[in-house]
Order: sequence, then structure tokens, then C-alpha cells
Amino acid sequence: MTEEEASIIDKNIAKKVSKYVRPAERKISSRQLKKIKNKKLKGTLDRIEKVSNEAAIKAARSEILLTEEPGYLEAEGIEKTFNITQKQLSENVDEDSTKKIFDLKLPTFGPYSLDYTRNGRHLVIGGRKGHVMSIDWMENKIKSEIHLKETVRDVKWLHNELFYAVAQKKYVFIYDHNGLEVHRLKKHIEVNKLDFLPYHFLLVSVGSAGWLKYQDTSTGKLVAELRTKLGGCDAIAQNPWNAIMHLGHYNGTVTLWSPNMSTPLVKMLTHKGPVKAVAVDHTGKYMATSGLDGQLKLWDIRTYKPLQQYYTRTPASSLSISQLGLLGVGWGPHVTIWKDAFLTKQQSPYMNHLQVGSQIQDIHFCPFDDVLGLGHSYGISSIIIPGSGEPNLDSLEANPYQSKKQRQEAEVHSLLDKIQPEMISLDSTFIGKVDGASKDLLDMERNEEQKAQRANEEKWVPKNKARGKNSSLKRYLRKKQKNVIDERKLKIQKRIKQEKEARRKRIMGNEDDKDRPKALERFSNKEL
Amino acid sequence: MKVKVLSRSTLEYTRKTPQDIYKIKRNYDPTLHPLEKAREYTRALNAVKLERMFAKPFIGDLSGHSDGVYCMAKHPKKLTTVISGSGDGELRIWDLSDRETKWKVVGHKSIVKGVCCSLTKDNLYFSCGTDKTVKIWNPDQSGEPLNTYVGKFAFSAIDHHRSDPIFITSGSQVDIWDENRSDPIKTFNWGVDTINTIRFNQTETNIFGTCGTDRTIILYDLRMNSPLTKSVLQMRTNAIAWNPMEAFNFTAANEDHNCYTFDMRKMDCALNVLKDHVSAVLDLDYSPTGEEIVTGAYDRTLRIYSARQGHSRDIYHTKRMQRIFCVKYSMDSKYVLSGSDDGSIRLWKAKASEKLGPKDYRERAHIEYQEKLIDRYKYLPEIKRISRHRNVPKVIKNAQNTKRIMLQAQRRKEENLRKHSKKGSIPYQVERKKPIVGIAK
Repeated sequence: MTEEEASIIDKNIAKKVSKYVRPAERKISSRQLKKIKNKKLKGTLDRIEKVSNEAAIKAARSEILLTEEPGYLEAEGIEKTFNITQKQLSENVDEDSTKKIFDLKLPTFGPYSLDYTRNGRHLVIGGRKGHVMSIDWMENKIKSEIHLKETVRDVKWLHNELFYAVAQKKYVFIYDHNGLEVHRLKKHIEVNKLDFLPYHFLLVSVGSAGWLKYQDTSTGKLVAELRTKLGGCDAIAQNPWNAIMHLGHYNGTVTLWSPNMSTPLVKMLTHKGPVKAVAVDHTGKYMATSGLDGQLKLWDIRTYKPLQQYYTRTPASSLSISQLGLLGVGWGPHVTIWKDAFLTKQQSPYMNHLQVGSQIQDIHFCPFDDVLGLGHSYGISSIIIPGSGEPNLDSLEANPYQSKKQRQEAEVHSLLDKIQPEMISLDSTFIGKVDGASKDLLDMERNEEQKAQRANEEKWVPKNKARGKNSSLKRYLRKKQKNVIDERKLKIQKRIKQEKEARRKRIMGNEDDKDRPKALERFSNKEL
Repeated sequence: MKVKVLSRSTLEYTRKTPQDIYKIKRNYDPTLHPLEKAREYTRALNAVKLERMFAKPFIGDLSGHSDGVYCMAKHPKKLTTVISGSGDGELRIWDLSDRETKWKVVGHKSIVKGVCCSLTKDNLYFSCGTDKTVKIWNPDQSGEPLNTYVGKFAFSAIDHHRSDPIFITSGSQVDIWDENRSDPIKTFNWGVDTINTIRFNQTETNIFGTCGTDRTIILYDLRMNSPLTKSVLQMRTNAIAWNPMEAFNFTAANEDHNCYTFDMRKMDCALNVLKDHVSAVLDLDYSPTGEEIVTGAYDRTLRIYSARQGHSRDIYHTKRMQRIFCVKYSMDSKYVLSGSDDGSIRLWKAKASEKLGPKDYRERAHIEYQEKLIDRYKYLPEIKRISRHRNVPKVIKNAQNTKRIMLQAQRRKEENLRKHSKKGSIPYQVERKKPIVGIAK
């Protein structure tokens, strides 16, 4: 390699490095570093800075090893991408990809909701009228199929394809890969929507009573039951970046929840009518909401400010954001895909799809693939959206091609790395950071914490110990058989009685003394 | 239209035969790894818990001596060989890998005060005792000493020169002996009643140091006719050990529960003070890397210090171990030996939770990763609490409390005194200078 080539490569890498620099590490500028007087500290910080920079450069360099390129769809001539149909697409892509376009016609049990596993390999679908099926959709294999004969409102995979949760008429149930009922979660009543936080092993449910419940699926403990006080809720989304739950409510607000607080962390007024759907993107920066007021709004959830606003002719029933940032909107029988919608206002959508004669219930982008899954009133469909899925996967994070052994290993590792629910907060990088607040503020916080702790502790109440009552005589009386009466016992009983009487008299004052004349009584006027 | 759809070939992501290793693809894009800080912290927490769970430092004891073990020497060239001397005059040579006595002899009529190994000849051991004799032994030959040197007084310690056939003994004076002569070739004396320990510097080979009952540490040079320096501390020094990597530094185990590291060129201020023991420190030894120090004390515990830090990183104790009179760091810096009053030598791991035996590459990488994680999150309260936690005998715990109260009282008193006297009349004293009374040259 010549020097010129090397410099070109370095320049290319320099552009990519910023992606790999962790936000916490940008804190200390070189000027700040110079001001530090403590040599040891300065040296340490300098070294850490250097190491982290090196790591970022190395990570950027390793991009060479990424083999796959993201998909794309480009129009030629007067063509418009949003006019291209799935049929046209299927004629222009390779044979393997055409298999990804399919329809499952299940008109009797719809509308359907669906969910992909984290690696995108498996699909679980749940028909409103009780039909639940898990599929390895890449291989077109049905893994389990059950008819529950009662309302199914939502389905959700747990940490891998072995278990899924189903929100049924009254309770939430967990089924295994064979479709056998494993658990009935009695605490989750009339649940509308389910979600699962994979790194915390928390199953989150919200229902018509407006209770947000977190259940740890690894220990079975109900971690938190939070009352939203905002009525029933059927729009829920997790922020994958910090595991905060976003709920959309009937009064037009979206609230952000963590299991550690009984009140929402943030309340945002998003719509002038009920919120229909919420979606958060993978970087945790953007949120999309749709409401019955016919608006589709895009938000920056770092500043909680609106970015863009779109109009939907019928209110959007479902939203989904793909790994590469495409926004899918399901409204009526239509699905519209928006590209780069968050940063600039788009004049026309990226792609369109019409599910003729049906109503879209639920849409989900398939992770690591250019596929969008639609659940609608007549079954489910899978369509191709080029450029939606992350092309390069990380086998240690989510691997669609994992073997059984790999899945087992991954399960054990993810359980070992399970994050405690207490660590969920808005800033997911707060751990290990220095608290920049002033000392007074920190002291005040600490004092308050201690006070609260003290208030929780029960007040110490002295025990009523009857000291000295347990004399040897009484013990003797107690020990002997009750029905045997001997002389000694009688004697003792008599003496104790006398002693008791004497004691009483000493305390109360002798009653006999009242009749006895007192020294000065003769001077008192008896007639008065 | 131009279109490309993701289409992966399964062959590229799966192994061909079950004998192959799994194909692992990595993508370091941070958005694919959410909550990495929290997950890393969890891993660190698990790592530190595992570390404490596996902390079982005691390997075994070398039993055989019927009296307390008062001196010990490791062979500088043979990793598994250690010689020890006990109170009843018995000498034993041990094989550490078998944990067995290889050779034993009742060499002295009374307590053996010092043993050392010859570095010039392969299989030669020296011992000295309070019976006024120094004896040379070769375990390959008979149970009789090769040579016996008779002195005028009871010997208290012995050490051998690194390269020359010279050894030094101490008692009421310092004698320098040639292996081939029956009388000392040189004698040093600088107003000391008795000298406790004598120790050759193994790097700067002509230098040696002694410590005496009159609270002195004296440094000598073989090439000179008089001692180099004498430093008087507030309390007696029980043992000294030279840093094997920094030739001019040595550490002294003091009666005041602390150890002091000195630079021999600048004795008016200690380099480091090693605190934590609650009783007199009786012996110490450097690891061959010069990074760590092991100390044994009268409080029946041994502690391991990082040479540059002020507090111990670990404490070892057992129910049956008595006062520790000699400690040694093994020549591969993986093990620690302690000889105590109860007559047995105990073998410990230097790192309490280390796995013994061979480790394959992946295991080593994993251990390194865990160590790094713990190091990264060591300041977080939960991790700090777990990694610092030690179960300490109640006696030590109580002594620690008492000591803390005493020190606090002293400090308070000093502070009160300072408050009520003229400003500047009672200066603050540097902790590292406190033990030093004076220096003579």
C-alpha cells in the first residue's frame, strides 16, 4: 500500500470515528485536562482518554471487516420509489428474497398482531379470536400452533424463541415453543399491550385499567406495579437505548416510565386527541407518535421537542421504526414507509403498500432483514422494504443463524449479564460517571435519603419485661402437678397471698386505717 | 429501478461441519449494543463476587517441626526448595511441590536463629544458632555438617553473599566470614547490644543492612572499613528486606505495627508507610518482582501489600496459626510461605482467588477481562464494598477498633494542643518522618 492510499484510508476512518466515541468520554477537553494540578490524576485521565480514542479508531478500522452492504431502492427516470409495488420488486430481486414476500390468509381469526424475535428469525402471530402461531419464517416452518378460544390482544416473544407471552382475555399467559402453557400471570389483568425488555428480563404489560406492570421473567418477581391514572392504554413502546417505557394515552399525552418511580419521568402532550401508536428508534433519540387527530408527529426525546409533523388521512393504527431508521406507518389498509423523516420534512414517502380490503392492526420491521411484517384483519403479510434492516449482525448480540448450543450459551450469558431494574434511568450511560452536582446539593440529597430511610424504620418500643416476677417460689408452684395438694404448697400459697395483700395495702393505703381516729380529727368540724 | 435487498447466504454464517468452530461476526456499532455501561457494570459486579467467592488462599501446611519455626530461607535457584530452622535446633529442607521434608537434621543444641543457602555452590546450606555455632550442611552427604564455625557469642542471623563465598552473621557484632577460613575476616561494631537481622542486598551485592535491639537500622558496605549510616527509629525494627528490583530501597518491619520503606541514600524520610497490622510486624519479604510485600506479625496474621500503597490488599489467617516469625514470597511470586510458633510452615497463594494449574488462552483472556472490569468500576460503592470485605478474627477486629480509638485520641489531643498554643509552635508532622529519631553517618 502506498502512502497516498494509506492517507485516504485514514481520512475515511477519521470520518467514522465519531460514531464509536462514547458520549461519556467526550467530557474532558484537553484544556480542562491541562488545568488539573494533581499529576497522578492528570496522568490517569490522560491515559484513559488515549485508550478510549485508540479503541474508537480501532473500532472504526474494523469496519473493513463488515461484509454486507445495506439494501437500497432507487428510481430511474420518471419512476417514483413510492409507486413501486411488491410485485415489481419481486421481479427485480434474487430468488431468495422473493420468498420473503408472502401472505398468510387467515380470515377467520383476525385481526392479527405479531412480533419478531430479537434476531429476526422467528415470528409469533396472535389472532384476535384466539389463534396463536409461532413460525420460523425464514424456513417456512410452523413451530407451534394453538387455538385459545378466547380473545388474544397481543403477543410478545421473551428473551429467545423458546417462550412467548400472550395477552388474553383476562390474564397474560406464557407459552413455550411447543405451545404448552407454562405460566399464567394472574397479576396482569385485561392487558392490551405487552413488551419485553431483553437485557432486564422484564415483561411489561399495560391494560384497560391503566396499570403498568413489570414482571421479571427470570425470577418470576413482580418488580413494579405502577398506576398511570390516565385510563386504559393501548399504545406502548420501549426505548431500546435506555429501557424506558413510552405509553400513549387517551388524553393525548405520552408518558415515560421506569419501574423505579411511581410517577412518570416525563409527560409530553403530543396530540389533541387519543394517542394511537408510539414508536422509538434504536438510537433512543427519536420518537414517533400518531393520534386520532390525524397527525403523525416526530419527536426528539433528548429535548422533548417536536421535529416534524405529518398528516395521515385516517389515523395511523401502528408505527414501527427500522434499524436503519425507516419509519413505517400503518393506516387503514395502507402502509407508508418514510425515509429520513426525522431530520427533514419529506415531501413524498419512500414506499407504499396497500393491503386490499383489510385493516392494518400491527406492523413490525424484522431486525437484520429488509422485511416488514404486517398483521391485519385477514391474516399476516410480509413485504420487502429495501434498506430497512441492519446488514451486519453481531453474533454475540443477536444471531439469526445460531445453533441450539449457541442459543443456550447466549441465554446463560444474558442471564449472567441481567441488568437490575433499579438501573433503568433516562441516561443509560450514568453508571461510573462523576456526579457533577455541587457538594451542598449532594449533601442535601444524602441527608434527605437518610431521613427517608429513618422514617421507614419502625420506632423502637421498649419491651414490657416482667422482671422479678419469676421467683423460685412461683416456679415451684407452677412446676408441681396441679391436682396434688400437699402441705408445703398450701403454706406457700397462703404466704404468697398474704404478701400480695400486704403489698396492695402498702400501695393503696390501709383500709382499716380509715376508721381509726387520726391525731387532728377531734378539731375538725364533723357537722360540715 | 435499482434495487438491492439484504440476502445472506446461510453458508457464510454457519459452520460447514460440526467439527468446525462457530462463525462469529462482530459489529461494533454502538447502536447495536444498547445499555453497554449497565451490562458491563453487572459483569464487573459478578466478577468481583466470583473473585471473593473463590478466594481460598490456603494451600496446605508443611508439618514436621516439633517446635516453632523461627527462620526460613528460600533457595534462589531452585523454585521448590526451602530450608527452615526451628526452636529445638532442627533443620528441615522442604520440597514445596510435594509438600514434604526432603532432609532433616538436629543441627543445633538450641534454637536455630538463621538459615541461608549458598549461591556459589549448588547444594550448600548454612545455619546459625544461639549455641554459638555456624554450620554448613550438604543434604546429599551425611547428617554431619561439612564445617562448623565457633563464635564467641550467640548468633542471631546469617546471610550469604550473592556471588562470593562470603557469609555474614550477626550477634552482638557483625562478622564477615570466608567459607574457607575458620575465623571472621572482618568485624563491624557500632555501639549495638544485639543485632536482630542481617540481610544482603541481592542486586548491589556488597551492601547489607542490619537492625538492632537499640532501635537502629545500620547499613554497611563490604568494601569499607566502617558502616555507612545508622538510623534510629522510635521503636525497634524486627526485620528488613531489600527490594529486588530497586536496589537502593528496602523495607523495615517495625515493632510499632507498621513497615517503613526507605531509600538508603535518603534515610531522613520514609518512602512509604505500610499500615494495617495490629501488632508488631516480625518479618517481611519482597516478591521477586518488587511489586508486593508480604508481612507476618505477632497478631497471628500475614498481610500482603502492594509495595507502593499504604494499606494491605489482603489478610490471611487461620484458627490454628500462631505468631508468625518468618514469611517468604516464593521465587515465582505466586505463593507465600509463613512459619509460625505452632511449628508448621503454611503455604498460601499470593493471589487468593487465583486458579492454580495451567490455563488455556480463553480462560486467561477471561480472567484478564474480569480483572480489568473490577479495576474499571472499583470506585463504585457496591464493588468497593465487596472487594474490600474480609472476614477477620474477632481479636483482630477488636484490636483494630481499640487502635483506631487510641490513634483518634492522640490526634485529638494533638489538635487541642495546637489550638491552644501559639500559632506555628506545634507544626504538623509528616507521617513518613514520624518514626525517625535521627541519623548518624
